[in-house]
Amino acid sequence: MSTVTLTINGKEVTVPAGTTVLDAALGAGFFIPTFCHDPANPGYGGCRICVVEIKGARNMPASCVTAAANGMVVETDSPAVIEARRTILELMLANHPVDCMTCEKSGECKLQDYAFRYDVKSADFGGEKKDYPQDQSNPYISRDMNKCVLCGKCVRTCEQVEDRAVINFAYRGFKTKVAPALDASLAESACVSCSRCVSVCPVGALTYTSMAGKARVWETTREEKTCSWCEAGCLFDVVSKGGEVISVTAKAPGDGRPLCLKGRLGMELRHNSQPPAPMLKKDGEFVEVSWTEALGLDDIMDKLK
Amino acid sequence: MTNLQKSRSTIEEQYKAKQNRPRIVVGLGTCGIAAGGNKVMAAIKNEVASRGLDVDVDFTSCIGMCFAEPAVEIGLPGQASVVYGGIYPDKVGQLIDGHVVGKKPVTELAAIQITGGAEPFEGIPVMEQSGYYAKQVRSVTSRLGRTNPESIEDYIATGGYAGIEKAVAMERLDIINEVKKSGIRGRGGGGFPTGNKWQFVHDAVGDKKYIVCNADEGDPGAFMDRSVLEGDPHAVLEGMMIAGFAIGADEGVIYCRAEYPLAIKRLNLAIEEAEKMGLMGENILGTGFSFKIRIKAGAGAFVCGEETALLNSIEGQRGMPRVRPPFPAHKGLWQKPTCLNNVETFANIPFIIRNGGEWYAAMGTEKSKGSKVFCLTGKINNTGLCEVPMGITMGEILNDIAGGIKEGKKFKAVQSGGPSGGCLPTEKLDLPIDYDSLISAGAMMGSGGLVFMDETTCMVDVAKFFLNFTQLESCGKCTPCREGTKRLLETLIRITEGAGTAEDIPNLERLAKVIKSSALCALGQTAPNPVLTTLRYFRNEYEAHINDKKCPAGVCAALLSFSILKDKCIGCGVCLKACPVDAISGEKKAVHVIDPAKCVKCGACVPKCKFEAIVKA
Ligand SMILES: Cc1cc2nc3c(=O)[nH]c(=O)nc-3n(C[C@H](O)[C@H](O)[C@H](O)COP(=O)(O)O)c2cc1C
Ligand code: SF4
Ligand code: SF4
Ligand code: SF4
Repeated sequence: MSTVTLTINGKEVTVPAGTTVLDAALGAGFFIPTFCHDPANPGYGGCRICVVEIKGARNMPASCVTAAANGMVVETDSPAVIEARRTILELMLANHPVDCMTCEKSGECKLQDYAFRYDVKSADFGGEKKDYPQDQSNPYISRDMNKCVLCGKCVRTCEQVEDRAVINFAYRGFKTKVAPALDASLAESACVSCSRCVSVCPVGALTYTSMAGKARVWETTREEKTCSWCEAGCLFDVVSKGGEVISVTAKAPGDGRPLCLKGRLGMELRHNSQPPAPMLKKDGEFVEVSWTEALGLDDIMDKLK
Repeated sequence: MTNLQKSRSTIEEQYKAKQNRPRIVVGLGTCGIAAGGNKVMAAIKNEVASRGLDVDVDFTSCIGMCFAEPAVEIGLPGQASVVYGGIYPDKVGQLIDGHVVGKKPVTELAAIQITGGAEPFEGIPVMEQSGYYAKQVRSVTSRLGRTNPESIEDYIATGGYAGIEKAVAMERLDIINEVKKSGIRGRGGGGFPTGNKWQFVHDAVGDKKYIVCNADEGDPGAFMDRSVLEGDPHAVLEGMMIAGFAIGADEGVIYCRAEYPLAIKRLNLAIEEAEKMGLMGENILGTGFSFKIRIKAGAGAFVCGEETALLNSIEGQRGMPRVRPPFPAHKGLWQKPTCLNNVETFANIPFIIRNGGEWYAAMGTEKSKGSKVFCLTGKINNTGLCEVPMGITMGEILNDIAGGIKEGKKFKAVQSGGPSGGCLPTEKLDLPIDYDSLISAGAMMGSGGLVFMDETTCMVDVAKFFLNFTQLESCGKCTPCREGTKRLLETLIRITEGAGTAEDIPNLERLAKVIKSSALCALGQTAPNPVLTTLRYFRNEYEAHINDKKCPAGVCAALLSFSILKDKCIGCGVCLKACPVDAISGEKKAVHVIDPAKCVKCGACVPKCKFEAIVKA
């Protein structure tokens, strides 16, 4: 395999050709923040937090979409890079509720972590902030678009599943937001509640309704479990607090599988001693259903009777 | 090769015969139509029919003198033809009486004359020497206002499709070398050398390649591409075909904004006619080369002019830029190698192939060759379209072509490059216009819009205008552009409303710098230019707004105060009646005063005072 050698922060690094500057730097032990970068879905380059300086380049390129090249001289922590990152974080915070004290994501939120790392306390440009209603229409997923940093990960992961692409960017400029078609609520959309989107959201914009108010992130432990409904083997996290299972969350789809609600509900029933009542959409409304119906076992149960 | 040669000579004969007939030609570009050209056309046809005159009535596109629309040209056999300006239906009778029946030009309505080798008439400026045209060249615009854009015969008779005829007999790499030799750089704004781009697409490996023409033209106030599309649609098609042959593509797409219905109509017609004559479609001119072109109407978002957003839009996705590399030359439309150029770039190609790269390179400067079309707008006497050799100075355009600033006011700044460009002050009027000089001055060539501003313009207000535009047009994909332009705009609004603070200027500069260096696409990377150039050249105006709470140009309403000069006021009381909020008081024959707490700064009183006693500052 051909390789390329570049210099990152004065250190010579050799990586396989085609490696991004981001991966080369991470591999060499340097830190670069990312919001929109999704290794399962690369090539987006939207949030710009991962910009670096590359000698000879006109601008600061996003390292996640820049291929490492021979002789490249990269700085990942120069004053210009830090200034850009801080400014980008300030811009995000200026359009964000900054209510970390009650946010479900607190403790594992990238915005919070990077603000801490780059010492961005507040950013008051004294201007408009987005002010969208919360979307609690789906019984499993809470959407707070006021916290969204528009990284687009949810959009891209949802559209990975053929015929899905439930959510997309709507509007332009400062009014840009992620929304289902026609800016409807999630419940009105074709969303199948698989929670792929929740699993990739770097901030508190998409969270699990079942977890709301139950625990701070640092009080929980997570055990990775492989779903056994089908042979694809999607990954789920069984989340516990003080030894009690409180929820099951989606982690990563198995090869060629969309991640499905049925799989997660099955895990929930298996591991959670007090699983929340399952809900399915019927005639456009979410209604409570029996576990056998939720898991698609009604016909089998009939036969067993 | 089949027989275009033969039909060309017939077509040329017919064209000559047409020029030798008495004729009245109406300018029916979008500007001419907007000025009422269709009504003029109807009036002329009516007169000609009712008087039974033996005269042809035809139409053409915009000759460039938008300030003179509706324009009508009259020519008699063997004589110079005369272009008349401001011809509304009520003047039609007079024109026909004078020039067609009386066979004498109506000098007082004439704008210019085109001699075509004949003796010029007295008292009418000859086009090439007239103020508006003396410093211009007519190359890519040579057919504008001269031929019927809906007639393929007019196109062919004026050298049209000779470029593709020549090209298909050449080696593909020789064509690309000719384009390289011409030195032409992309006319869509970026200024990338066209020959090099073609080489990349030629060299790219792909089972299928595309030609895409960028006719999105979203800059506010720009209409160069519209004029070329409406005035010479075949030239754009021919340029695309030559590119297709050179790089090995058999399919082209023109992405044209839907707000240009006339351009789309004429393009469709041109495609149809070219197909009918075997100049487009399968096996062109019997050479085995096939090429077809379709039109995609765009929804008119500014960002869709950015090449990768444009490709997404053609593919039916949201118009958001892609990261580059990969460049369209390698992975463009449907991930296939794609040659994407601007309308004006393509329209230049047939001329370059016909006349040779060296002919083109003889015009212009060392690094910016050839000519460029500009739209002149703003506070100038002659608004319109002009084509100038690269290297001409901004001052020549202002004073010679644009006829200087209107109403004898003083020039203050010119915005070059639309919302991505910058405002240049008087000191920069001797700047030669080329890609690199404009960038070093903080502005941009852009697609060719020039907005001239006079002394009554507030530069902070101008920056605010452009930022409002880019902020709304940001696609929302990347953080610095989406969030940053909004904050720039909000800061500018605060400054113009008198709420500016000492930190605003350094904050603007820092934000602008980060947006420029870290935004994903050129929309964001150039969006701060209007702020940065006004800060660079007109910093004192920002300081006056922030520190003294004054708008020196008297534009920003919140910073204006109206007062009555004691020594000029005679106490007539006229202003008192004009004020809608009763802010003015005073006894008859005594000096009047304005209560600043009540005054809403509408300015209604100012023009009412015959003694110029009311001042705003
Ligand atoms: C925001 C934005 C808008 C643009 N709009 C146009 C446009 O309307 N027409 C155009 O030809 N190029 C436009 N461009 C430039 C194109 O991206 C591209 O560089 C150009 O079409 C390439 O053709 P050229 O090399 O012939 O200039 C725009 C670029 C940006 C960033
Ligand atoms: S839950 Fe699944 S289907 Fe619904 S929006 Fe998220 S990714 Fe798409
Ligand atoms: S909801 Fe989350 S994943 Fe989706 S765009 Fe917003 S921040 Fe990104
Ligand atoms: S710079 Fe602006 S227009 Fe370009 S990708 Fe970023 S948000 Fe979109």
